[in-house]
Amino acid sequence: MDLGLNEEQEMLRQSARDFLRRECPKQLVRQLDESDEGYSSELWRKMAELGWMGLVFPEEYGGGGRDFSDLAILLEEMGYNIVPGPFFSTVVLGGLTILIAGSEEQRMEFLPKIARGGIILSLALTEPTASYDAASVKTKAVARNGEYVIKGTKLFVLNANVADYILCVARTRKTKDPEDGITVFLVDARSPGLKCTLLKTLARDKQCEVVFDDVTVLEKSIVGKRDEGWPIVKAILQKAAVAKCAEMVGGAQAALDMAVNYAKERVQFGRPIGSFQAIQHYCANMAMDVGGSRFVTYKAAWRVSEGLPAALDAAIAKAWVSEAYGRVALSAHQIFGAIGFTMDHDIHLYYRQAKAAEIIFGGADFHRAIVARELGL
Amino acid sequence: MDFKFTEDEEAFRREVRQWLEREIPQRWIELDPGIWEETEESWALAREFQRKLGQKGWLAPAYPKEYGGLELSHMKRLILSEELAYNRTPMSIEEEITVNWVGPSIMLFGTEKQKKEYLTKMAKGDIIFCLGYSEPNAGSDLASLQTRAAEVGDDYVINGQKTWCSYGHLADYCWLAARTDPDASRHEGISIFIVDMKTPGITVRPLINILNRHSFNEVFFDDVRIPRENLVGQKNKGWYQLVIALDLERSSIGYAAGNQRIIEELIKYVKETTRNGEPLANDCLTRNELAQLVVENEVARMMAYRIAWMFSKGLHPSYESSMSMVFVSEVMRRTANTGMRILGHYGELDRDSKWAVMNSRIMRMCLSSLSIGVGGGSNEIQRNIIAIRGLGLPRK
Repeated sequence: MDLGLNEEQEMLRQSARDFLRRECPKQLVRQLDESDEGYSSELWRKMAELGWMGLVFPEEYGGGGRDFSDLAILLEEMGYNIVPGPFFSTVVLGGLTILIAGSEEQRMEFLPKIARGGIILSLALTEPTASYDAASVKTKAVARNGEYVIKGTKLFVLNANVADYILCVARTRKTKDPEDGITVFLVDARSPGLKCTLLKTLARDKQCEVVFDDVTVLEKSIVGKRDEGWPIVKAILQKAAVAKCAEMVGGAQAALDMAVNYAKERVQFGRPIGSFQAIQHYCANMAMDVGGSRFVTYKAAWRVSEGLPAALDAAIAKAWVSEAYGRVALSAHQIFGAIGFTMDHDIHLYYRQAKAAEIIFGGADFHRAIVARELGL
Repeated sequence: MDFKFTEDEEAFRREVRQWLEREIPQRWIELDPGIWEETEESWALAREFQRKLGQKGWLAPAYPKEYGGLELSHMKRLILSEELAYNRTPMSIEEEITVNWVGPSIMLFGTEKQKKEYLTKMAKGDIIFCLGYSEPNAGSDLASLQTRAAEVGDDYVINGQKTWCSYGHLADYCWLAARTDPDASRHEGISIFIVDMKTPGITVRPLINILNRHSFNEVFFDDVRIPRENLVGQKNKGWYQLVIALDLERSSIGYAAGNQRIIEELIKYVKETTRNGEPLANDCLTRNELAQLVVENEVARMMAYRIAWMFSKGLHPSYESSMSMVFVSEVMRRTANTGMRILGHYGELDRDSKWAVMNSRIMRMCLSSLSIGVGGGSNEIQRNIIAIRGLGLPRK
């Protein structure tokens, strides 16, 4: 058993940390948050040059051949620094879906492009019900003359506004089992009938409404098998939940570090506020939340990496980290007091990140329901 | 990153499990004493069982072989502690204190003679120490202790009062912290002694705990004479020895493993119970709360694993142990609380009732879990340690 990082992972962490401190200052983060695109093509290109986009793809697809726990380390650093942009949607939601479920032809076509930073992907799963269950997938894809016509509205679709391709989860058959009859399509974002509207959100992440109004796609754009798409979605949601936890662990660590540093410097009543027990205990609780989050996340990431059943551990991690990061960010705000309530200060970036991350891919209640099911309840 | 135990470690776990299944006496299972619930009968059973564990080398597996240990790896010790706690092995809390606090301190600070005298007996389960730390006016502020040990000829003469001495009425020795230099500053001038509990001048008075059992004691020292050779380590440096000893081997894995068993029993209960014509397991709130306990206990387990892992890497956890301890203690209290909510009125019943469920474990835990998070350094003190030692926050 080794709960630490191996040498390669240490190197990855250190280089990611150095790179992001240099290339992604908070000034850029704010600028991108306020922009419509939400990413910097220059930063995107540099990240691709470092091999981040293809990190977990096998070498034959232009990737780095590393495993999922390495990706978790990288995401932890990205969360620490807050890196706006479509990395998560392109690599985790898009790339991994194609890697695990795509045909050889699809892999050869798309993965090297993703690895080079050449294309941006997005996953259109959730709809106006805003939940992650199969029954909520109402968007229809109807077969017509060897093609499919997609109609429906997708909501909360990350980075669809800048995506080149959108993986659309649609219903191709309706039976009593809502998990049956779902198909994943890889859709060119420039297809006629596809309309994307940016939503204004708390975290200023780029979530979109994507309307598919009779969007026609070829049969070869199906990822996996027709009607058998739900297991793919489930597998990707599991990985995405763990990957999001890794990002949250980084964000929570950053919020803790910022609050502790401030508590050491801020003087009131003639002494640093960090010398007061009330503040010390906030910080101690935050440190416990961060530490606990890190190790349940690593455990889940390790299980995913090893290809072991990970449903329980992924749900445990997302249920815990979702709430733990929220508590950490909230306590950080309390320690910063009034200055934290300004746009000028950085801590709100983390608070916003925590809120968005808590909700996406199912919040704590959603994942506790999975835990209960996994326990045979 | 690797959360797998080796094949050898898994085999060891199976061996421990099978052995415990075979060896734990039926009478112990009937008595089922929880923490702080020991009786004379259960104490005798526990002592007997400890000797058995001692023969296997599993009582003090970390000790050097010359003192009856196995020099077992940190990971195997983690596994052993986990299995002992999960399987509700007959062991008293004082045994843990003797083997995991007192023994390692003697190893670090004791003389060769003391090591030979005490360590082997500890590893065999032949002797039990109680702790003589707290006093009526020295709880969390332990350094304000007043019990005096004065050098008189070749002896030390001890006067004062200790309290909360768990199982002091049954222990063979007291691991005593006393003031040897009353003029020095608080942290200077404290020394550690080994005191035979049969020494004349010692009076032990019971304190009946919240479970209505005799586990704690007040211990009075009235001109108690002990030989000078019973001083452990350096005179007047006892405080520093004591602080170092507090960091030794406290992964709190036992608490997480014991709690896991209780959560599993709660899950079994809700699966088997019908309420208002519906299986209790279908109730949304119950499912949610039980799942949360499972989540929290897994976090607690990982925190404890982290301690063992750090030791295995040659690192020395300090505030990490505090984190693990605080966290698991609070998970245990929440487990009792959630259990009570799920069981409702049934949770209130003591074991003598035919209506009692889960052997009244939840009601007993409701009471016993109050002590976890107080004894051995309250959670507030532990949080101070996390903040000051772990995060570097200023004292002033």
